[in-house]
Amino acid sequence: MTSYLRIDHVDKNFIRGGAETKVLSDVSLSVEKGQFVSIIGHSGCGKTTLLNIVAGLTRASTGGVLLENREVNDPGPDRAVVFQNHSLLPWLTVYDNVRLAVDKVHRSTKSRSERHAWTLHNLDLVQMTHAKDKRPAEISGGMKQRVGIARALAMEPKVLLLDEPFGALDALTRAHLQDSVMALHQKLGNTVLMITHDVDEAVLLSDRIVMMTNGPAAQIGEILDVPLVRPRKRLELAGNTTYLKCRQRVLEFLYERHRFVEAA
Amino acid sequence: MNMPAVNPQPARAIEPPIGKVLRLQSQRPKFSLSRAAAIGGDIAARVIPPMIVIALIVLVWEVLCRRQGATLPPPSRVIADTWDLITDPFFDNGGLDKGLFWHLSASLQRVAQGYALASIVGVALGTLVGQSTWAMRGLDPIFQVLRTVPPLAWLPLSLAAFRDGQPSAIFVIFITSIWPIIINTAVGIRNIPQDYRNVAAVLRLNPLEFFWKIMIPSAAPYIFTGLRIGIGLSWLAIVAAEMLIGGVGIGFFIWDAWNSSHISEIMLALVYVGIVGFVLDRIVAGIAHVVTRGTAAS
Repeated sequence: MTSYLRIDHVDKNFIRGGAETKVLSDVSLSVEKGQFVSIIGHSGCGKTTLLNIVAGLTRASTGGVLLENREVNDPGPDRAVVFQNHSLLPWLTVYDNVRLAVDKVHRSTKSRSERHAWTLHNLDLVQMTHAKDKRPAEISGGMKQRVGIARALAMEPKVLLLDEPFGALDALTRAHLQDSVMALHQKLGNTVLMITHDVDEAVLLSDRIVMMTNGPAAQIGEILDVPLVRPRKRLELAGNTTYLKCRQRVLEFLYERHRFVEAA
Repeated sequence: MNMPAVNPQPARAIEPPIGKVLRLQSQRPKFSLSRAAAIGGDIAARVIPPMIVIALIVLVWEVLCRRQGATLPPPSRVIADTWDLITDPFFDNGGLDKGLFWHLSASLQRVAQGYALASIVGVALGTLVGQSTWAMRGLDPIFQVLRTVPPLAWLPLSLAAFRDGQPSAIFVIFITSIWPIIINTAVGIRNIPQDYRNVAAVLRLNPLEFFWKIMIPSAAPYIFTGLRIGIGLSWLAIVAAEMLIGGVGIGFFIWDAWNSSHISEIMLALVYVGIVGFVLDRIVAGIAHVVTRGTAAS
């Protein structure tokens, strides 16, 4: 079986002070090129750990990640990450934050002026050209996340990893950004792996939703295909039966079968 | 949870007014008489209190030292005694008989050399200690012990090693000011947020790029705290060191004045030492302010 991105029997144990905790247990997942896959689960279930393993920021204890049939162990720009808290460098302007990534990734393939144009092009994709000379502290949370997305897109990643990208935003900004991400996915055809804890967000954006059981030793509980045609319109979907059915399935999984157990 | 019910239109509709508000803010405020008066009042509020306090101190000093049997001269006497030194800081009669400008500049040159060396070595060692756990465990106890050694205790050792006053003084400056630079740099490097390290990892920055593009800017506020403490300590140490090694320098000038019982000259020199120390501190603080703009806020 060959898929674009394959997470193959991944286990992750954290060892702290002699005590071993199993975070992920036998997680296997295949993602096809151009697919938008969401991973949903209660907090503490190891979603972010799984994303970090795909990003190469954390090593799997056993098992591995294959991208185009090559094992990936180290972080790299082919798996660009949009971090939850934007992670822009505060001493650089918006432009320079993106340019840093462009310069590093495209140094050998693009000339100076091409890199400049590519930086502006990616800022334009997320509609942030107007703030290119501002520093991260001078723009809003939603704008920072847009710049984070522009920085990741500018690396031309094979897989775009989104770690709860809208988690820290208010509902209106979040909806606006979700629409932007959908439009970008439509336009660029990226393969996307997104962590979320928002059911509507998962159903609206994804082709497939991976539902994770509660930790410790979290597993993939269920994988749901979302057979909604694209482009999707938020308003039209509000009454769509397929949409509501998918939403219902995820809600049932999260709140009936795998309710969040309060840690004592 | 009611995401489908959220209408994206309002979010877009809000945008233009936001832009308008920003434009209004960025407009330069018009100059007006009331504004000028407000600025003037602000300056006066800052300048007048220290002026009054200084005047009071000088007055008390004058009154106390005017009495019979006072061991120190009053300010009026100090100014009268040192009028030649105040009005002509640039004279040079050869040897050690020079104006205060030359003494101060000689001291500043020593500080500049020792401090520059301490900054470079201190940031490098601090980076090493901050970045490598092994280096921290190995070096940190040594640093913690050595940094408590008083500056002048190093002087005999450096005189023995260099057999010359000039390099010995520079070494004393170096060894005095390096510890806060090392320790603060190390703390700054250790406090680089994991987020920035993740960004660097995803971008595959090499160690040199990581040093210049992430480490130095991220640790800059800490490094400059160390540099600022360092410049203060250097200036403290130079006066003491020069008293012992002799030659041209403000420390020697003070010692020489004491030996010739020119108490007024000592007082004048102290004023200059204080002002120069203050200016040095402000210069480093100013550079820090410019360099770390934007780093503090995230």
